[in-house]
Amino acid sequence: MSATHAPGSRGCREVFALLSEYLDGEIDPAVCTGFEEHMDDCPPCQAFLESLRRTVDLTRSLPDQELPEELKQELIETYRKARDAEQG
Amino acid sequence: MSHVEADRELLDSIRRDDPGAFEEFVRRYGGRIYAFGMRVCGEREDAKDVAQDTLMKAFRGLKKLNEPRALRSWIYRVVANACLMRRRKGKYEPRRELALEELMPQGVEDAEIQIPDAAALPDDEVARGEIHEAVHAGIRELSPDYRLVLLLRDIEQLSTREVAVALEITEGTVKMRLHRARLMLRNVLAERLGQAPGGRGNGS
Repeated sequence: MSATHAPGSRGCREVFALLSEYLDGEIDPAVCTGFEEHMDDCPPCQAFLESLRRTVDLTRSLPDQELPEELKQELIETYRKARDAEQG
Repeated sequence: MSHVEADRELLDSIRRDDPGAFEEFVRRYGGRIYAFGMRVCGEREDAKDVAQDTLMKAFRGLKKLNEPRALRSWIYRVVANACLMRRRKGKYEPRRELALEELMPQGVEDAEIQIPDAAALPDDEVARGEIHEAVHAGIRELSPDYRLVLLLRDIEQLSTREVAVALEITEGTVKMRLHRARLMLRNVLAERLGQAPGGRGNGS
């Protein structure tokens, strides 16, 4: 992996393509060392990786949404009617 | 009990037609399916229809499913199809795979924009709500192919393999779309919420 630094340089482009796989622990071990070596020497790539990590963390932190109670009751009622109709 | 064991019990109970099996299925998956529909379709009425279609269809189809590990992929395949069926003409962006170069930061300043930390969000509910709304808006801006992968991986927390099965695409395509979706979302958040490293606001 090339060690040149500056957004748009070859080394940064190579690292850029692998950021999500790295965050997910799915990066190919054969390229992981080169990835980390580039990262150690490249503050803009470090900063960008951190902003991507925070983006993923924010997405994961979105609050859950409950099924509205009236919809739940409606569904159960629809199911029961369909079941009763099938059973004659 | 792991979710796989819990799903096995649920599947057994559905196959036996136990009283209350459907209610348990709705209790366990209804909220997630509804929320997923809201995030994909963006509208309450569509999300309601998606939840209704999916829960009824899934419940019937599940009687034939033997492997509890396949349950989540199976359910999300039904939900994703129900959502895509509701695509309205002209509502979503045209389908096109983006080149990575289009998403790269433009210079050091752009690369160093700071995004809020989910572990240190403001206590104030309004401020926190604004951040969540920016994330929702960013997700809505994604085209459906990218949005589905992002939602399944980062919110529903399915594995790469499970998403590939649910959407009937390769694991390589899941990874490619997930990365681009995250990059697009990151760029939207940088624009709306980003701070330059010195603390200077970047948002409009």
